[in-house]
Amino acid sequence: MQSRDFTNGILKNNPVLVLMIGLCPTLAVSTTAFNSLGMGIAVIFVLTLSNITISSIRKFIPENIRIPVFIVIISTFVTVIDYTMHAFIPDLYKNLGVFVPLIVVNCIILGRVEGFAYKNGVFASLLDGLGSGIGFTLAIFIMGSIRELLGSGTFFGFNVFPQGFQNNPVIFMILPPGGFLVIASLMGIMNHFKSSHA
Amino acid sequence: MVSPFLIFLSAFLVNNIVLMRFLGLCPYFGVSRRTDTALGMSMGVLFVMLLASWITFFIYHYLLVPLDLVFLRTAAFILVIASLVQLIELFLKKNVPTLYQALGIYLPLITTNCAILGITFLIIDYDYTLLQATVFSIGTALGFGLALLLMAGMREQIDLAPVPDALKGSPIAFITASLTSLAFLGFAGLLGLSI
Repeated sequence: MQSRDFTNGILKNNPVLVLMIGLCPTLAVSTTAFNSLGMGIAVIFVLTLSNITISSIRKFIPENIRIPVFIVIISTFVTVIDYTMHAFIPDLYKNLGVFVPLIVVNCIILGRVEGFAYKNGVFASLLDGLGSGIGFTLAIFIMGSIRELLGSGTFFGFNVFPQGFQNNPVIFMILPPGGFLVIASLMGIMNHFKSSHA
Repeated sequence: MVSPFLIFLSAFLVNNIVLMRFLGLCPYFGVSRRTDTALGMSMGVLFVMLLASWITFFIYHYLLVPLDLVFLRTAAFILVIASLVQLIELFLKKNVPTLYQALGIYLPLITTNCAILGITFLIIDYDYTLLQATVFSIGTALGFGLALLLMAGMREQIDLAPVPDALKGSPIAFITASLTSLAFLGFAGLLGLSI
């Protein structure tokens, strides 16, 4: 039962590839594997802590004003990660830009908080937050790796391809159209396997 | 000071909010199935974006900065936008019922539209004046409308076309978006503007 809370968000209900939520950051910051991992960890942090906080005070939140309460709690954690990242990892902060404060309107977080943490216990919410966060990180990291490998010929900044490719990488992949194409291909591949299993 | 015309052109075409900046993707894929709903959504976004950029501009420069509360930016802006949308909804319902009929169902969706919150942050980051912010938000909203209408028009056609099974539904929509975005990449360098 508990392990299902954790694994649900990773594959079966992967927020990005299956539910199609949280698309903006997934496409925008997945130009390198490093940026994607940074964004993924920021989302895991905010999602897990918001889930824990809200599930522990869920009995005191009046139902009519629950959404504003959720937003205030989420934006508190977003501000924490915003300022922490600015102070300790300024390079990453510069690359992610406006998408760090925008974690607050990431549908994944409000969706999990409203759909799960508001109705379940603290430990289950912790697992659910971690699971959905890891699912998001997995999707964005796969995208970031593909785009960096093809678009710059590197992986985490290290050269992995022969010099010939290195000099002429597929720049298209790190430009905005490449992002749309990679996610379209990933979804197509997932659809293909899902239909061949059924 | 960058001329307002360049800011408008940059926000409208070169740095198109959906296709280049990747903001507001949820409504871009969610309500782009038919042209009339796309038009309604674009009007709603134009309306809310302009009001939100003005209100957050004043809140930031005349409330948060003098009181040294800049760290409350994220929380303040999202709450302002959420209540603004509610207020607009109530106001329109009571006073302009025809407009409410047209925009009504799109207004609640706009609260979670990251394009609105995104441009209020961008206006602060770019240090725009009120005039520049106004032009920027109008250009951005029109750019959003253009991208949404283009997408809706193409999806109406795609519905009639034979699509490989694995790509039916959202994957083909993303491929369409990719090609549109590629076309918009052609605007880069227009009048010396960069992405």
